[in-house]
This record gives sequence, C-alpha cells and structure tokens, in this order.
Amino acid sequence: MVAYILVALAVLMFVLALTGTENPGLAIHPMDQFVVKPLFGDGPIHWYTPTNVTLWLGLAILAVIALMVMGTRGRAVIPSRGQSIAELAYGFIRKMVEDVAGRDALPYFPYIFTVFLFIVMSNFLGLIPTSFATTSHIAVTAVLALAVFLSVTILGFVKNGAGFLSLFWVSSAPLALRPILAVIELISYFVRPVSHSIRLGGNIMAGHAVLKVFAGFAGALGLASIAPIFGILAIYGLELLVAFIQAYVFTILTCVYLRDALHPHH
Amino acid sequence: MEHEEEATEAAGHAAEATDAAHGAADAAHGAADAAHGGAEAVGMPQLDFSTFPNQIFWLVVTLILIYLVLVRIGLPRVSAVLAERSGTITNDLAAAEDLKRQAEEAEAAYEKALADARTQAQDIAAKTRAEIQTDIDEAIARADAQIAEKSKESEARIAEIEAGAMQSVEEVARDVAAEIVKALGGSAKADDVSGAVSSRLRGGA
Repeated sequence: MVAYILVALAVLMFVLALTGTENPGLAIHPMDQFVVKPLFGDGPIHWYTPTNVTLWLGLAILAVIALMVMGTRGRAVIPSRGQSIAELAYGFIRKMVEDVAGRDALPYFPYIFTVFLFIVMSNFLGLIPTSFATTSHIAVTAVLALAVFLSVTILGFVKNGAGFLSLFWVSSAPLALRPILAVIELISYFVRPVSHSIRLGGNIMAGHAVLKVFAGFAGALGLASIAPIFGILAIYGLELLVAFIQAYVFTILTCVYLRDALHPHH
Repeated sequence: MEHEEEATEAAGHAAEATDAAHGAADAAHGAADAAHGGAEAVGMPQLDFSTFPNQIFWLVVTLILIYLVLVRIGLPRVSAVLAERSGTITNDLAAAEDLKRQAEEAEAAYEKALADARTQAQDIAAKTRAEIQTDIDEAIARADAQIAEKSKESEARIAEIEAGAMQSVEEVARDVAAEIVKALGGSAKADDVSGAVSSRLRGGA
C-alpha cells in the first residue's frame, strides 16, 4: 500500500520535474542518482569496469564483514553490542527458514542469509545521502530473484522428480476446476521472479526518487523549504522502515518458494 | 497484353507507395529512437541495458564473496558461540538445581535437628516433672507423718490435761461437798464425802 503511494508520488514528482525544466529553480533530476558511472575516468562501461555499483557493492561486503566477522570477534558468551546484532540476525533468519521452509531447508540457510544480509546492507547503505542504492536497480534485483527462481525450480525437480508438478495440480479442488487452476498456478509460478524482483527494486527506487524530488523543492523554495525538509524527514523515516521490510519480504518469499520446492504437495 | 502492362504499372505504383510508407515509418522510428535516447538521460537508468553486464558481474562477485565470508567465518563462529552459550546455560541450570537440592537437604537436616531437640526437651521436661512430683510426694508424706506424730502427741497431752482437769474437778467437788456438808451443820467423814462424790461423778447423771 505504502509502496503504491510512494510510486504514485514518484511519478507525480517526476512529471512535475519534467514539466518544470523551463523553470531554472525547479531543475529536479530525481533519477540522476541511479546513473551507473565508471569510478575512474569517463570511458565506456564494460562488464569488468569498476563503477559506482562496484564501490557500493564492495561497501556492502565490508558492512557484512564488519557485522559478522568483526562484530563476533570476541566470541563472547555474554555478547558485545555488535555480536548481539549478529546473533540476532542469525537467529532471525535461521528461525524464519526453519519455520517457513521446514527443517530440511536448513542446508540452504547460508545462501538465504547471504541474500538477506546483502539486501539489508545495500538498502541501508543506499540511504546514506549521496550514496548509490544498488538494490534500486532492476538488474541487481532480477539476478537475485532469478537465482532464487532457477535454483528453487531445479531443486524441486531434483528432490521430487516429476512429483514437483503436483505443485500446479490442486488436489483439494474439484476435479473439473483443476486444469484451470493448473494454468493459473503455472502463470503465477512464472510471475514470481518478476514480482519478487520488481517489489524490491521498485520500492527502493521510488523512495529514493521521492526523497530527491523533495530535496529539489527544498532547494528551490527559499524560506518555504521548511515544508519539503519535513517531508524529507518523514519519507526518510519511512525509507528506513522500507529498507528493512523489503529485505525481510524478499527473504521470507525466498523461504516460501523453497518450501514449495521441498514440499510441493498441497 | 495492354491490360497486363497496366497491371504491372499499377503494381509498381503500389510498391512505390509502400516504399514511401516504409520510409516514413523509418523516419518515425528514428525520431522515436532519438526521443528515447534523449529521455534516457533523465529517464530511468534502471532500463539502460548497456550497464547490465557490469552490474550483474559485480553483483555475482559480491554475492560469492559474502557467501564465502559467511560460510567460512561468520556462521560457524556465531553458531559456535550460540552452542557454547546454551551449553553454559544448561550447565548453570544444572548447578543451580544441584545447589537447590543441597539447600533442601540442609533444610531437612535443620528441621530434623529441631524436631530432635524438641522431643529431647520434652523428655527432659517430663523427667524433671516426674522427679519434682516424687520430691513433692515424699515431702507431703513426710509432712503427713510429722503432722500425725504431732497430733498424737497433742492428743496425749490433751488426754493428760483432761485427766488432770477431772481430778481437779473431783477434788474441788469433794472439798465443796465437804464444806457444804459442814455448812449445813452436818459432819461427814472425808471418806464418805469423797466416795459419794466419786460415785456421783462416775455413775451419776
């Protein structure tokens, strides 16, 4: 719901910004923050070129290391603050995997934890002013979602053989309805990676664009800019929430898909 | 023949017309491309597919690195710490249970000692009471004996005094009788008077 409002706001502001380009005071480019640029020089972007994406992905790695390696360095029975957070994150995701996908999903816990930590760190790093939000890019979220989709599908067939197809055959429904339901289930199955990736990327992009538009207004309105500044404050708080919730949602959906692969029978 | 020529001519015209249309379409396409290119500068960098290989490559590198860090260092460490903590807690709980049991034992021993002391005290009290009772009984018996002795003594003395008194009464009566006889002008022998008084006192009344 909030996400839809955000997207609507972003579109509105975007249109405003486009139509307002004749006015030099309102030259707002909310999407400039997402431009992928080479870190060094101004050359073409090859697949190996170190870009701002590389920088902020690297910082996400460092953040993960800081939390899970530096934070737990003491190995204390009575944990320090950092170790507490690391243990909390570990327990949180482990319990989620166990509760949602079942005990036999625990071997896949490291990858799910990797995805969660990566998304949550990237989302929060993206909220640092002038930073670059890697998770706002559909290329990133689509790879994450497709990796989940492909591995879950392959896992489903490896674990259950052709029995995995019973996921689409709703045996609890009346026989006449089953083929129709099968088509619907099949379509919804293939829509999963799309919604999985766009939910994350769209939320982060929309939030950052709205922040930027408000910032543009704040720069253009002079004394009255107190209003957009409060707007930024409110939206920023919301974005802090969204940053965590979207990582949580992505992870729990991964667990749900994994459960379907391990236990396809309705 | 002529008709045929006309037909081919018409076909040629038609072909020209479609070419023209094509050209127009191409131009429109180009315009759209231009517009697209222009919009991309301010549009969505997310849809700039030229940067996709770059982003995907670095993302894969990142995910692999994070995965390795977690699997090699992070996760074993955290799970070891958690296991150690739960072990410590279990041990502490067991120790606490043990201490509680010891405390309960100590309490039971204390209760037992207290009960023992109480019974002992009651024993001593009963014994003391019995001793005192015997003492009292003895004293009472002794006192009773003394009282009996004293009263016997007193009775003897009373009897003595009584006897003494009777004798005096007899003497007085004899004297009084003799005097009365004398006063009445008679004379009597002392023995007769005393015999009469004695017989009167003994058998009289």
